[in-house]
Amino acid sequence: MSEARLESILKGRRSQPHQLIEVLQDIQEQFGYISEESMKEVSGALGVPPMEVYSVACFYKAFSLKPKGKNVITMCTGTACHVRGAKLLLNQAMGMLNVEPGEITEDGLFTIEHVNCLGACALGPVVTENKSCHHHVSPSKLRKLIKSIRGAETEETPND
Amino acid sequence: MTKISTIPALETLRQRILGDRENIRTTLTLCGGTGCRASKCQDVIDAVKRELDGRGFSETVHVRSTGCHGFCEQGPIAVVEPGNIFYCHLSPDDAGEIIEKTVTSGEVIERLLYTDPVSGEKIRTESEIFFYQAQDRHLLSQNKQVDPCSVEDYIAMGGYSALAKTLSGMDPESVVQEITASGLRGRGGGGFPTGRKWAECRETPGDEKYVICNADEGDPGAYMDRCVLEGNPHLVLEGMMIGAWAVGANQGYVYVRNEYPLAVKHIQVAVEQARALGILGENILGTMFSFDVGISRGGGAFVCGESTALMASLEGRTGEPRPKDVHTVVDGFRHKPTTLNNVETWANVPSIIENGSSWFSSIGSEGSKGTKILALTGQIQNTGLVEVAMGTPIRSVVFDIGGGAANGNAIKAVQTGGPSGGCLPVDKFDLPVDFDSLAAEGSMMGSGGMVVMDEGTCMVDVARYFLSFLQDESCGKCVPCRLGIDRMLEIVTDITEGRGSIEQLDLLEELGETVTETSLCGLGKTAANPVLSTLRFFRDEYEAHIGSQKCPAGVCQTLITYAIDPEKCNSCGVCKLGCPHDAIIGAKKQVHEIDQVLCQKCGICGSECKFDAIQVN
Repeated sequence: MSEARLESILKGRRSQPHQLIEVLQDIQEQFGYISEESMKEVSGALGVPPMEVYSVACFYKAFSLKPKGKNVITMCTGTACHVRGAKLLLNQAMGMLNVEPGEITEDGLFTIEHVNCLGACALGPVVTENKSCHHHVSPSKLRKLIKSIRGAETEETPND
Repeated sequence: MTKISTIPALETLRQRILGDRENIRTTLTLCGGTGCRASKCQDVIDAVKRELDGRGFSETVHVRSTGCHGFCEQGPIAVVEPGNIFYCHLSPDDAGEIIEKTVTSGEVIERLLYTDPVSGEKIRTESEIFFYQAQDRHLLSQNKQVDPCSVEDYIAMGGYSALAKTLSGMDPESVVQEITASGLRGRGGGGFPTGRKWAECRETPGDEKYVICNADEGDPGAYMDRCVLEGNPHLVLEGMMIGAWAVGANQGYVYVRNEYPLAVKHIQVAVEQARALGILGENILGTMFSFDVGISRGGGAFVCGESTALMASLEGRTGEPRPKDVHTVVDGFRHKPTTLNNVETWANVPSIIENGSSWFSSIGSEGSKGTKILALTGQIQNTGLVEVAMGTPIRSVVFDIGGGAANGNAIKAVQTGGPSGGCLPVDKFDLPVDFDSLAAEGSMMGSGGMVVMDEGTCMVDVARYFLSFLQDESCGKCVPCRLGIDRMLEIVTDITEGRGSIEQLDLLEELGETVTETSLCGLGKTAANPVLSTLRFFRDEYEAHIGSQKCPAGVCQTLITYAIDPEKCNSCGVCKLGCPHDAIIGAKKQVHEIDQVLCQKCGICGSECKFDAIQVN
């Protein structure tokens, strides 16, 4: 299944080294991270040495070499959000989930991330939860958001 | 859609589109930009469309979902034409009433109107709102007229006629001359004269040349490029086409941040539409000019806003800059002559060609012509995108358009130009917003970010924030930037944590100057600006951190303690609930206290308390 998806990402881009970043973008989007296997595959397909694929994957913020939790909560820490207290939100999420940015919670449900700017600066602080955007977020709003996601997740788990 | 194969056929198409729209009686313009989307505007747009369905209005009422209108704080926003009626803070429940009253009988719904914060009166039309009135919205006002995914809208408002004018009689040389005469300067931050860039690229021999649109808006706190690319992508494409004709390029690229999914989508749609119409591709509008555009999504590296790093990234490599002894107009993308301009720069090109260079140069100040879009954010009432003529004083942007401080605190400074810029204190607010005046005071225009800071912002913490941003974003290729920023951050962190000494301030200045003079690219050359400008204008804050171990703004965690004022505490328990570290003790109906051992000084309790009972000491 995943091989077929990788195949479709590489289609039409083989032997084109300049397509490396575009290919990695698509892999990141489809798989949520860039695995060692996929880097090897991309290296062979585009004709780029594995070391260079690895170095590009490490260089850009958009790429993650580790899988993420089921729910990704992204805090914007751009200047506009910073002066309106984005740090409080990061503290709140880290304290509540007991996890560092970029890591997965023990139950695998959450990853928190911070990003330099989401371009919704007028509405800061901004937080996205699985790509859905929330504005003017306060620590209590964030707490409710995390609780509601957690609640929905535990309901989904079948009782056996 | 059939291809347009001659220049006059474009005008015929325009007339046909306008003819098809003759029956439209009412146009409902709803903002669908990223800001309003965060305010769930899509639900409102869907609700309006649902309400209209089945009422037999499809011929006479036109619903247009557009790019950003700029007044993001008031979203979701709708403007009803005719009448220019402006509704804000809409919810899907309002859709029925808008259709029933305003669309059907022209009746204005009072409660949805904007309230003027000064007079407290309801304002009926968009043009009467002071936020808009005080601006010179040459580029931003176009957003309202087009659905970014509709090339028909763009053509209907006169789009691509500058391209037609170029191709039907202007030789490349005269296009370059026109841009040079207009005085247009690069909007991305550097302010380099665009005409000179184009002329150099044009004069460089070579069959293979490129034009690139830099939409890698990495400056945190700025989003004008997102707004233009997302709201009016064909305008940017048209600018690029005219530029390509002038310099002799047949291929262009848009390098856009992947964090802006809507902008990526809209420019992709625009390119496909332009190809389908024969406006992009071989023999554009039946002429000998061929040009196509590819789209590349950025990987989220701030340094890629630098032209040589961007080109490296476009080639699929890590975004590391190279020395610019030879300019990119000579040796650029794939070692070919390349003209790279920022989104807003490209967007200015069509109207310069259309209206003439003297029209453009009549706007603005001595050395900076035209208008500039600013992202007005931070501790201010009216946040959003603001477009003003170059040379408008900072004071008028912050206090007139921005409406002054947001929460009763006094405004202390404005940060312009992002991580490469600096902080200017209130007594410098008479400075005009243009390239040269801001640079002369140690800040810079940058891409136009303007973050307003009040008493609650610690300037040393701001310097530390930008240094840690730049430390993270420095590509590490050159030593001054990689190690210099590290050391500066170390010193500033020492100061914010109470370990600083007065001698360190001189060292900081010396370090800053060395990094500025010796770094390889723009990132390093400007990295010291936030430190040097805060040291220059807010030295007393640094000294307070060092001498009396105090953070005057109450921000720097090590230097403050939190306590609960027993007089004010209402024992409601909200702070206790909010504290992620269980540091607040006290049962219900009992005055709460903070356990200083457990307290991590995150400040969450302070932001939660409704009674102002949390004290910062």
